[in-house]
Amino acid sequence: MTDTTCYHCGDACGKNGVHFDDKDFCCNGCKTVYEIFTSNGLATYYEIEAKAGTTPNEVRKKYDFLDNQEIVGQLVEFNEDGVQVVSLSIPSIHCSSCIWVLENLNKLHSAISVSQVDFPKKTIRVTYRTQDFSLKALVLLLGSIGYEPYISLEEFNKKDKKVDRSLIYKLGVAGFAFGNVMLLSFPEYFEVQEYWLDQYKVVFRWLMFAFSLPVVFYAGQDYFISAYKGLRSKLLNIDVPIALGILTLFLRSTADIIFDLGSGFFDSLTGLVFFLLLGKFFQQKTYAYLSFERDYKSYFPIAVTRLTKSGEEENVQVYHIDKGDRILIRSHEIIPVDCILIKGNAEIDYSFVTGESEAVFRESGEKLFAGGKQIGDVLEVEVLKSVSQSYLTQLWGNAVFAKDKSSHFQNITDSIGKRFTIAVLSIATLATVYWLAVDPTLALNVFTSVLIIACPCAIALAAPFTLGNMLRIFGKYKFYLKNTNVIERLAKIDTAIFDKTGTLTTNQKDTVCYEGLELTEAETALLKTTLRASNHPLSRSLYDILKSNAIMTLDEFQEHTGKGIEGKANAHTIKVGSAAYVGEEQSTSMTNTAVYVSSDENVKGKFVFKNTYREGIDDVFEALGTEYGLGILSGDNDGERNRLEELVPKTTSMLFNQKPEDKLEYIKKLQEEHKVMMVGDGLNDAGALAQSDVGLAVSENINVFSPACDGILDASNMNLLPRFLRLSKNAMQVIKMSFILSLCYNIVGLYFAVTGQLQPVIAAILMPLSSISIVVFTTIATNFLEKKLKN
Amino acid sequence: MSVIYVLLAISITVAVAFFAAFVLSVKSGQYDDTYTPSVRMLFEDEVVKDKKESTLNNQKSNKNTTTNQ
Repeated sequence: MTDTTCYHCGDACGKNGVHFDDKDFCCNGCKTVYEIFTSNGLATYYEIEAKAGTTPNEVRKKYDFLDNQEIVGQLVEFNEDGVQVVSLSIPSIHCSSCIWVLENLNKLHSAISVSQVDFPKKTIRVTYRTQDFSLKALVLLLGSIGYEPYISLEEFNKKDKKVDRSLIYKLGVAGFAFGNVMLLSFPEYFEVQEYWLDQYKVVFRWLMFAFSLPVVFYAGQDYFISAYKGLRSKLLNIDVPIALGILTLFLRSTADIIFDLGSGFFDSLTGLVFFLLLGKFFQQKTYAYLSFERDYKSYFPIAVTRLTKSGEEENVQVYHIDKGDRILIRSHEIIPVDCILIKGNAEIDYSFVTGESEAVFRESGEKLFAGGKQIGDVLEVEVLKSVSQSYLTQLWGNAVFAKDKSSHFQNITDSIGKRFTIAVLSIATLATVYWLAVDPTLALNVFTSVLIIACPCAIALAAPFTLGNMLRIFGKYKFYLKNTNVIERLAKIDTAIFDKTGTLTTNQKDTVCYEGLELTEAETALLKTTLRASNHPLSRSLYDILKSNAIMTLDEFQEHTGKGIEGKANAHTIKVGSAAYVGEEQSTSMTNTAVYVSSDENVKGKFVFKNTYREGIDDVFEALGTEYGLGILSGDNDGERNRLEELVPKTTSMLFNQKPEDKLEYIKKLQEEHKVMMVGDGLNDAGALAQSDVGLAVSENINVFSPACDGILDASNMNLLPRFLRLSKNAMQVIKMSFILSLCYNIVGLYFAVTGQLQPVIAAILMPLSSISIVVFTTIATNFLEKKLKN
Repeated sequence: MSVIYVLLAISITVAVAFFAAFVLSVKSGQYDDTYTPSVRMLFEDEVVKDKKESTLNNQKSNKNTTTNQ
């Protein structure tokens, strides 16, 4: 029985497995989903992908706020004539079975007319009739089949943002014009002296002119705008020579056909813009389903249940809670404000805040901080501060969060743009002066030719293609970066700062160590027997660790929810549970979870659950230590200092008891002399991540949680971090080599231009040739670099 | 040779028509999600197939629930 896996979700069934319909399920939840699917003709779900399901969570009361029509009105996209359309984000979408079952939702409820999944974004768009259905019913239906949607404050506040498709339009326009102009200019390439060709070439030329108009004034407009902005702020960015090139190409070509001097360079012009936009398009690739902009709003509920003076429950928006209000926190709800516990046993999971997954216990009268998640039963709390003033959320008032890092960073292409522009302009001037003296009729021709041929198309393509490709390669190794700019910044880093809990340590495995008086064999046996009767997760993991084979029969067993358990056998009592329960003083540390043990009312000691460090952390530090300054910033006390010192190089600076603002300030100070990378995981690192030059979030499950950052690194590939950094540097070398390559093409082109023999056909060959060879070179080079990531 | 005008007109009309089709398809959101349709188009057959199967499964699961109880 133990080695069977669940037919629905693929988890091991264990001892609580359910056998149903000749299939094994790990829990009742999975069995229920199976029943729903099979009884509604959706059994194919299991044929498309085996064991694709997700165990449903208990969701019932959590979505009561969707009864509030005002809130529903904000969430739905369309709401008229009894029909609503809503887009919901569902993080558990992961395979083709998910798509299939979610697009057949109408079989589960007749009020649903259309449901459409966007797999890359992990969203579903549902159209339904409101007559006998509602948003709440939809959410509950999705929850019951294991696809609980993710509704957060962030979603609630977002304005209707239009999808920006302008780049695709521009690419379409440029490509369309490029193809047609190429076709029309073909006859002139061969300079055949045919009667009818000469006759009609005027028509051909003016057609090309017509095609180039939308390319220059629509598709290429970004380059003019960017160049203008650059010039106004006295910066010669790479768009300046590009805009100059486009403009010269257009004016010279127009003049050529007006005065019948030649066919013009319309083919090169449209091709240039097309290739440039292609590079932009390639660079744009992002991970649609990952959010790099999250703040606390993504995690907080939209509404909470408030108790009115008369004791009634009402749903109110989180922003409307004031100091002094009494609110209810249900199981698996996140506490949105700092508050004082009034009623109930709090078992709070602060993993969003600290990265520590072990729950902490609080009793009535104690303070609870915003961001914690209640695991136990319903709590009644009194609000101390409103949402925006709570301990955690205050951090977002800091100006760092409004800053856009990439706008302050001069990228490699722009940094050579200045020198390039100056060089091109001086060559053009020198050549013109020379020809004015030798043959003034050619002077203007030479001047424009230089500007045309030197247009840095290939240079502008080198970075987008190299970095875009690197982004894709990093993504393959579960290192997701916000944009290509981050790679350039990564290459410049000289100091790496790490958070401890959740970043260097893992949430998945615990090491348990016992502190206190040694337990006798009889006591251990009794303890183990007592633990056996309890279903609490801590009891379970403790039970698995204790080495004792003697199984006794208990005379008495009691479980006090939220406090501990008690077992009696052979006139001995053993108590396991919280400090207060066994009669020991509570330790002040918030992070380390401890279970206290007392035998016959004498406190014996405690089992401390400690996080284990991720495998290979010492190698990461060793590898980084040679090139980078290292540091550890931890919100915890310094109890781990000795263990850490064994793991990391001696030069690593370590700071403990750091509050979120302290981390931010520390990074800021370091940045006066260094380029700093911050690696963190929790919301408490959010300030430091935003302040640092590159902020990376380490995450065990990339779909679930990460604070605002520049990149998300899957925890399983943490040991590749030094190689990722190395590769970013290598990528920059590839770009520099591409620059040299494209300069070679420019020199060849300049020879033709300066000597006054630049024919449109030469430009038409050189421009695409240099662009394509850059694309080929960067693709080969980056794929070669990828090999370094393989072991 | 003035037939060239007719040919040019036709070729440009065809090209512009295709270009317009492209713009319309982008506008309608066809390029927003380029992955899901590739999976979706493979589902057609299964919906038909499971209509027959669902009745079978229904009976089967009903029978099992009764035996379980």
